[in-house]
Amino acid sequence: MLVAAALSALLALAVLGVLAGAEMWRHRMVYFCCTIASLTLMAAGLKHLGANPGTGPAIVLPIGLPWMQAHFRLDNLSALFMVVVNLGGAAASAYGIGYTSHLPEPRRVTPFFPLFLFGMNAVLISDDAFMFLVSWEFMSLASWLLVMSDHTNAESRRAALVYLIMATFGTFCLLTSFGLMAGAQGSYAFPAMRGIYLPPVTSFLVVLLALLGAGSKAGLVPLHAWLPLAHPAAPSHVSALMSGVMTKVALYGLIRILFDLHGHVSWSWGAALMLIGGVTAVLGVLYALMQDDLKKLLAYSTVENIGVVVIGLGLAIAFKDGGEKTLAALALVAGLYHIINHAIFKTLLFLAAGAVITATGERDLGKLGGLLKRMPWTGATALVGAAAISALPPLNGFVSEWLIFQSLFKGPSLPYWAMKFGVPVVGAMLALAAALAAACFVRAFGIAFLGRPRSKAAAEAHQVPTSMRWTMAVLAVLCIILGALPVTLTDALSGVVQPLTGVHFAVSADLGWPWLSPVSSTRGSYSGTVLVMTGLSLFVITILLVHGFGTTKVRRADSWDCGHKEDIPESQYTGQSFSQPLRRVFTTSLFSARETVDMPEPGEMRPASLKVRMIDPVWRVFYQTIIDGVGYIADQVNRIQFLTVRRYLLMMFITLVFMLLVVAVRQNK
Amino acid sequence: MNAAVWQLVQVFLVVAISPLITGWVRFVKSRLNGRAGASPFQPYRDTYRLLQKEAVVAHSASWVFRAAPYVTFTAVWLAAAIIPTFTTDMVLAPAADLIALVALLGVARFWTALAGMDVGTSFGGLGASREMMIASLAEPAMLMVTFSLSLISGTTAPAQIIAFILGGGVGIEVSMGLALAALVMVAIAENGRIPIDNPATHLELTMVHEAMVLEYSGRHLALMEGAGMVRLTLYMALIGAIFVPWGVAAPGGSVVEAMIGLAAFLAKSFVLATALGVFETMIAKMRVFRYADFLGGALLLGLLATIFLYVSEAV
Repeated sequence: MLVAAALSALLALAVLGVLAGAEMWRHRMVYFCCTIASLTLMAAGLKHLGANPGTGPAIVLPIGLPWMQAHFRLDNLSALFMVVVNLGGAAASAYGIGYTSHLPEPRRVTPFFPLFLFGMNAVLISDDAFMFLVSWEFMSLASWLLVMSDHTNAESRRAALVYLIMATFGTFCLLTSFGLMAGAQGSYAFPAMRGIYLPPVTSFLVVLLALLGAGSKAGLVPLHAWLPLAHPAAPSHVSALMSGVMTKVALYGLIRILFDLHGHVSWSWGAALMLIGGVTAVLGVLYALMQDDLKKLLAYSTVENIGVVVIGLGLAIAFKDGGEKTLAALALVAGLYHIINHAIFKTLLFLAAGAVITATGERDLGKLGGLLKRMPWTGATALVGAAAISALPPLNGFVSEWLIFQSLFKGPSLPYWAMKFGVPVVGAMLALAAALAAACFVRAFGIAFLGRPRSKAAAEAHQVPTSMRWTMAVLAVLCIILGALPVTLTDALSGVVQPLTGVHFAVSADLGWPWLSPVSSTRGSYSGTVLVMTGLSLFVITILLVHGFGTTKVRRADSWDCGHKEDIPESQYTGQSFSQPLRRVFTTSLFSARETVDMPEPGEMRPASLKVRMIDPVWRVFYQTIIDGVGYIADQVNRIQFLTVRRYLLMMFITLVFMLLVVAVRQNK
Repeated sequence: MNAAVWQLVQVFLVVAISPLITGWVRFVKSRLNGRAGASPFQPYRDTYRLLQKEAVVAHSASWVFRAAPYVTFTAVWLAAAIIPTFTTDMVLAPAADLIALVALLGVARFWTALAGMDVGTSFGGLGASREMMIASLAEPAMLMVTFSLSLISGTTAPAQIIAFILGGGVGIEVSMGLALAALVMVAIAENGRIPIDNPATHLELTMVHEAMVLEYSGRHLALMEGAGMVRLTLYMALIGAIFVPWGVAAPGGSVVEAMIGLAAFLAKSFVLATALGVFETMIAKMRVFRYADFLGGALLLGLLATIFLYVSEAV
């Protein structure tokens, strides 16, 4: 009931958003009400998880297709995602209260924002394929409108076009996948779908299409190309929703189909998923490392994190098919934990990027620097987010990485040789991605917030409004809490995975609270809580020892820098120079990166220059081929436009004869 | 009860002994170079002298620069407190396994790199950039070593691995040898030793770790250097405990056993420190872009270690 009220409120808010007009306080009110609605939905999700009743009552509404009503239902999985989605939703809405007045055209954003939230929530509670797809399209189109909000910018328009095409492609794949699952009787309601037996070929196609459909929305390589274009093009709080939350709805769709509706996915799909995840993680973070645009960097890092989650999901499928139910539950818990974590820190980082853009008007790393002093709140929360996404203990990102590593290390216990050899390779890829992510965020935070300002705009940056700062602070605190008290969350998650894997499993079973000890106490354990306590005591002891034995005097002076006197901020490392060693090591063959140095002869007055050229292999092989193919077909079809009347009549005649033939053949049968 | 006592001993032992180990490496190197060299106890005096000096902080530095030495030192200390050195009977042993230890060292590196970038000088950025490049190869290699150890012993907790090896669960394994080689290579890189980095260098263009801490002075520098010394001790303890675990006391052991463990730990550390001194004297530093070959080699050795396990299983 609460859910229904909140959802209708969101729809009403969309109307109010249209009526808001130029009055800024009305826009603020809409965002405020969105925050309340999101918090209500989050509370409803938490309440469901806390009561743990399994599947909630079904609600049937007489809307939708005439021969089929609309089914809605809340179960543990959708309740969990409801919490995730609305946590991000509430944060983005609260941030919007202060942020909306900084937008160039708030009237193009405010009406669609509640619609976007509505669409995502509706996907989660749908209990039949039709409502699922309608809500999915609702979510896609609302976010497409938000991407288009900056319609005067040619790059935004291109991003929106690519996004629209990919979204349509994704929905088409999902539609076909559901159609195959529904079978000949056309049972589109989810409960009926679960019981249907799928022959091997159909089963293969269902998984493939679900992967294409949900994977393209989530940003799996090679379907990711739209994501770093579209996510950064929207206003920052919408980018946060798209990257932090909408990708999670896509993963929800994937989990719903692969673990619930289909239910018997073969282990080889698990192995494939694991490999795709590994490649996605490494490529995503490598792209991110090469970016100078703060928001593009974050969008690529989303691709990386989706890869990490998908590794967990793939492992869970393989374990489930191999009969290792407990390990399947562990891998799934790990994946879900990372989903929650990524929703929190990616939202936080996008909001921080929005604050930086508000304060300086710049999103190019090369124009930033020294912001920590001008924006202490934003800087400190962004630092927490950067450390969390780099998987550093004792923050939340590390817990999920640790759980994924633990389940990965058990991968060779499966009796399949592909898994035995695949798991170490994926392990190396995951480790590489984690280490590169740390490099990526040292670079992003170090260049933007530390050092000296690289432009006038950065030197004159100002604090952002209170609602924006508080939102970021709450998210940063969540990063710390979920890292320091992991066991509380894993226990809640084990209730979610129980219906999906068919086994009750507590991650902390053996040693009890607060130790994470999957499988058994001797398998390796971790405790964020104990690490925080011990770390804090050692920190205090260090301070006491150092200050007790020595002096506490500090003198401010010019920087030393080996005796160089460097007053120009251009002498600092830039984003490009920071990533140069990594670029040479990793991307020389992968992206065929080449550097051309143009050094003028002594006496010449023109400036020296260094150019870097990189080719995205995925874009070249995959997208360029498709674009060329579509272009070729369009050219061929174009000829039909310029025929004589005689030929048009001939074509109509041939078509008619062909149709009659088809009818004749069918009737004879 | 014993577990708590041994834990406390361990916490302070690793910090107390680490300047001596670093001093010993320097002493061995200077003797091999034909110099008299400073006494192995010199690092204690250096640290004390640095603590007495005021800390100079650049105008452009933010609070990250001042917090980083404390965070870095604490993170390395915490990691070193959890690695078993002379006994596996410690209360904190289950708090972090090898994966968490790698990540704790990652925390130290993250903050050091940020501190390098904070003042806004070109050398700081240079050091941070190279350090992250080295780490992005060394960390996966270290995790591959963890993976093969976990496949052999069925656990990622160092205490359990030691117990497994001491229990005679492992014969002579090719995989163990490969993992050892990979771990040694990682240790060299992570500690900034020759051939990756030269701890004694002050030639700007070859610095990696030194470039990041270039702006530090006084107690901040003492902490940064202290973190380096503890890290060296940590890696020696890790190599010694996992690959030569004999002597390490087990839970429930007597005080005498713990004393034997302590003596064994000291002996192992000095053998390794001497070996490091000899090794560093014998070879030259690499060019920056050869690091990738060196550490990529470590990563592949780690991978091979796991693959060889299947081969030996199948045979």
